[in-house]
Amino acid sequence: MSTAFTAITMPKWGLTMTEGKVVQWLRPAGASFAAGDELLEIETSKITNVVEAESAGTLLRVVAAEGSTLPIGGLLAVIGPADAPAAEIDTFVAGFVVAEAAEQEAEAAEAPAPRMLDVAGTRLRYLELGSGDRVPVLLLHGFGADLNSWMFNQPALAEGRRVLALDLPGHGGSSRDVGSGDAEALAQAVEGFLADLDPGPVHLVGHSLGGAIAAMLAARGPELVRTLTLIAPAGLGPEINAAFIDGFVRASRRKDAVEVLQMLVHDPALVSRTMVEDVLRFKRLDGVAAALAAVAYAWFAGGRQTLDLTAEIAGLALPVQVIWGRDDRIIPVAHADAMAPGVPVHVLEAAGHLPHMEKAGEVNRLIRRFIDA
Amino acid sequence: MTVKTIRQALHEALEQEMRRDPRVVVIGEDVSGGAGTGGGRDAAGGVLGVTKGLIKEFGEARVIDTPITESAIMGAAAGAAMTGLRPVAELMFSDFLGVCFDQIFNQAAKFRYMFGGKARTPLVIRTMIGAGRSAAAQHSQSPYHIFTSVPGLKVVVPSNAYDAKGLLIQAIRDDDPVVFCEHKLMYDLKTEVPDEAYVIPFGEANVVRDGDDVTVVALSRMVHYAAEAAETLAAEGIECEIIDPRTTSPLDEDTILESVERTGRLVVVDEATPRCSMATDIAALVADRAFGALKAPVRRVSAPHTPVPFAPSLERLYIPDPERIAAAVRAVYGYAR
Repeated sequence: MSTAFTAITMPKWGLTMTEGKVVQWLRPAGASFAAGDELLEIETSKITNVVEAESAGTLLRVVAAEGSTLPIGGLLAVIGPADAPAAEIDTFVAGFVVAEAAEQEAEAAEAPAPRMLDVAGTRLRYLELGSGDRVPVLLLHGFGADLNSWMFNQPALAEGRRVLALDLPGHGGSSRDVGSGDAEALAQAVEGFLADLDPGPVHLVGHSLGGAIAAMLAARGPELVRTLTLIAPAGLGPEINAAFIDGFVRASRRKDAVEVLQMLVHDPALVSRTMVEDVLRFKRLDGVAAALAAVAYAWFAGGRQTLDLTAEIAGLALPVQVIWGRDDRIIPVAHADAMAPGVPVHVLEAAGHLPHMEKAGEVNRLIRRFIDA
Repeated sequence: MTVKTIRQALHEALEQEMRRDPRVVVIGEDVSGGAGTGGGRDAAGGVLGVTKGLIKEFGEARVIDTPITESAIMGAAAGAAMTGLRPVAELMFSDFLGVCFDQIFNQAAKFRYMFGGKARTPLVIRTMIGAGRSAAAQHSQSPYHIFTSVPGLKVVVPSNAYDAKGLLIQAIRDDDPVVFCEHKLMYDLKTEVPDEAYVIPFGEANVVRDGDDVTVVALSRMVHYAAEAAETLAAEGIECEIIDPRTTSPLDEDTILESVERTGRLVVVDEATPRCSMATDIAALVADRAFGALKAPVRRVSAPHTPVPFAPSLERLYIPDPERIAAAVRAVYGYAR
């Protein structure tokens, strides 16, 4: 075979995904596209998202029809040069199926699973993807979330480097013991995690409350941090959506949970039934409600943010970038105005408080460009 | 998180609550079961092994074997609940509710009301329901509707291991008497269950499957038959929304009504006999509160108004099955005035 083809395969989003359904193709077969163009929409039991083109090319053959369900790694389409002969495409498709079955078995055997680390008596859960010599990335989620909130980002960033996603105390699979639950307690836990795991200096990426913790870490140990990416971070102003925080802490029934989770996003359709169920299942566990209430009280007492990190961030010598959704209803995008003039601020349209999920491709590109510079 | 059977999930719930709260005790026939046998004190651990091992950790003061006398078990448990313990009493077969109905219906269910709210009755009655083992007419019934009709009782009918654990822990922590109905054919059914303790609130239905064409409300084992039918129907282009109420008292009326408002069609699947049943109750609820939304008559798929047959061939006909559910859904979907 003389022609160079590339396969687009079913991605793996999150720990529990095993298969995905092709909702629709956003480009017809035969169309050319540029890097970053949206190619197709995929639905899992939890979430629907678009697959974007990694690089420019031509969609030679759509293999997976709309409505079909494929396992992870299954062949969705073939891309390559526009003048490729049909027979060679056929050969590639036929050859791929055979290769894919064997590969998948091997992959299933070593599917990345989260690990636990004991840090000064607190059990912390983390997921590590990727390997290589490049500076590792540490991802810190926001209030009430867990490492799964990076499902669209962690695999994309893990090329040639380790990417670590951590469950903060009181969240996900980590210990329910949050101590005082305040910024100091959570920052100390993350510092302990880094000291124990010792990945060397890292690129820090933090969302919302995790953004504030990332900023604190950068201010306290600048030698441990190469760059800082803050996504809709806390700590830049007093406003916070108190209805969301209170509602999230209180919600024990589906109806209430749907209402508060929809505040997070620009497009309410992103909040699937399974996503709501996952949140409720987490919140029902003994100790979770108390942990979340403690964190909420320590950070957002009286419906205001009590932590102000603007001076700390202004004093940082390392590169900082800020990413925010235009329609953020949890922390207003206007808080980005607190950043010094030299700090790049990327405001993404049609995104709410979760731009890393709603505009994953764009956020991944922004992070990669920033940490590769 | 690991995959567990309903049996393991129930055992774990009992074990964790007994560790957490010394007031929690287990009482019933053969809950340890080995006294006087060669198999040792823990030989049986309940007829289906749910309580096996508890006596080793908690001793016979908290795992209390009783004679075969349902009235004594329920009477002792109701009194113990009112005076400060949190008993989990076993009524092995729900078919025997008649033997001890005074203790449940006229005593435990009434204490809070009769004593002006000053008495609490944190009692759980675990009991087996369901046909399908050729256990004949006196050991195969599903009388949860009888318990549901009693004000003062809460009634749980779990359909999977995740729900079973969270609902049993909620039942134990609840201050009112709860009848917890376990289907005898489902103990080996597996699903992912967290190792930690958790509670599922009563009166919160589980939407098992989303769909816009027909609402199917199903209980206990029938949830799985409804899901099977929904797969078949989806291939025909009919999308069912399956609702598992999980508790019949309290009943999550809102989830059912909101679904029917959207689909305009309702099928209720219930293994119990049809007169004055949950199927009838839910049909009445929708007729009363969502009549304007209905595009077709409500259909009930239930057992016939007869005792459960012993003959396996007849018993198979008695229990609703996926084919009958699918036929009912097709009928309401294709209904034309």
